[in-house]
Amino acid sequence: MHVFKFGGKSLALDPITGTLLEVDDLAGDVLKLWTKLKPEEIIAALSVRYAACDVKQALSEAEDLAAAGLLDAVMPPEPISTDERVGQVKALCLHVAHDCNLRCRYCFAGSGDFGLERSLMDAATGRAAVDFLLRSARTRRHLEVDFFGGEPLLNFSVVRDIVIYGEEQAAQRDKVIRFTLTTNATLLDDAVIDFLNDKQIAVVLSLDGREVVNDRMRPLASGAGSYGAVSQAIQKFVASRAGKNYYVRGTYTAYNLDFAADVMHLYDLGLRELSIEPVVGGAGESYALRQHHLAVLRKEYERLADFYVTKQDEGDPFNFFHFNLATYDGPCFGKRVSGCGAGCDYLAVTPDGDLYPCHQFVGQKDFAMGSVATGITATGLVSRFSKANLYRKPECLRCWAKFFCSGGCHAQSYHSNGTLLQPDALHCELQRKRIELALGISALRSVQ
Amino acid sequence: MNKHIKVIAVGTIKSTAQKEACKECQTSCQSACKTSCTVGNQVCQNR
Repeated sequence: MHVFKFGGKSLALDPITGTLLEVDDLAGDVLKLWTKLKPEEIIAALSVRYAACDVKQALSEAEDLAAAGLLDAVMPPEPISTDERVGQVKALCLHVAHDCNLRCRYCFAGSGDFGLERSLMDAATGRAAVDFLLRSARTRRHLEVDFFGGEPLLNFSVVRDIVIYGEEQAAQRDKVIRFTLTTNATLLDDAVIDFLNDKQIAVVLSLDGREVVNDRMRPLASGAGSYGAVSQAIQKFVASRAGKNYYVRGTYTAYNLDFAADVMHLYDLGLRELSIEPVVGGAGESYALRQHHLAVLRKEYERLADFYVTKQDEGDPFNFFHFNLATYDGPCFGKRVSGCGAGCDYLAVTPDGDLYPCHQFVGQKDFAMGSVATGITATGLVSRFSKANLYRKPECLRCWAKFFCSGGCHAQSYHSNGTLLQPDALHCELQRKRIELALGISALRSVQ
Repeated sequence: MNKHIKVIAVGTIKSTAQKEACKECQTSCQSACKTSCTVGNQVCQNR
């Protein structure tokens, strides 16, 4: 049981069932020991602080919850081997542009080219990718295509062609493709906006918050700051779709450990669907996040949670992606074990049509998986990724947050530790903090 | 009425372990460089 504080209350999460409890100090201490010691041992261990009759009462309450299936100490068995998923692709990250008109200093994609030549996907390759997805999905009905880059709107004509073609082809097979597009918002002209709205394409818009923060890390290719044009374009775009179906996504680095101020800034711009993420990688760079930043970052997430709750109370709430935990109607166990699906359910496609496990592996020869023309040829990689589930990650098995986090990002694990099976320690700490706050917010709302 | 423990939310994680995942829910890229979606953010496609 994971016992923690939020808003002056003690909360306890059963990691196995996901049941969330509010507890007093006694029950919190009992639950910490509940799966580790026998009842008489718990009574003895807590005898200095509490009367035995009170401990017995709390134990009895916990046993009643366990009898009702709300608490459980035993992990379900690992789901059956997932090798049969070979070829059952559900989602593609389409790199329609390996080029970008920004020069973000933290870009993991090497300013858009992913270490490859700057290039754009042609329409034929895009259509072949759609064909590959529909062919590979087999019985799956709900499919996804994310237009990514680089900057995908550098290749808008192909984006448009792929969407129209994808809709037609999916409808013929009684399938549905959800399209998303991740953009730096510099190329959102009226024609693009009209198309994205008409096709109800979900859009992720990149802006890091305050002007000085954004422009330090996200200059234009010319070197000038991007904040002015981008913030105006985002506001115009969000208004054009009545504030629906978008996310503004920022990155924070060691330069803005006070990132809650950037979320507040985005809020002040009238934006209500927000996410800000810790920078990835950058080992050796001054902007990189390090273990010694953790204490400050935890406090900053707490400050952000306070702001989040305050705005809810004031009747003008916003969504912060990591606080929107689906405590009650979240995904099933199988999904929580398998995680993102990179390398099996989810693949990235380069402008030339080559397949990789996800966008973060693009350009790494050891992770080349085939092409949209040939299909998946590296079936060993599919097996490797599909088996890299929670049950194969010793640190995850020990973690209370495992069924909320699902084991983290494969690419980050690999790039940090050289294996898919050992998550990045710093990002685990941040994940746990965000999940605690999300659970706390959900408990607060439940009580109200 | 419990004296020491109050149930805030009933978890469904283990109870859903008995049936196979339908695999229709949204893909959850967990990379912080992209959408950083934890599975915990997602709702079940079948509810």
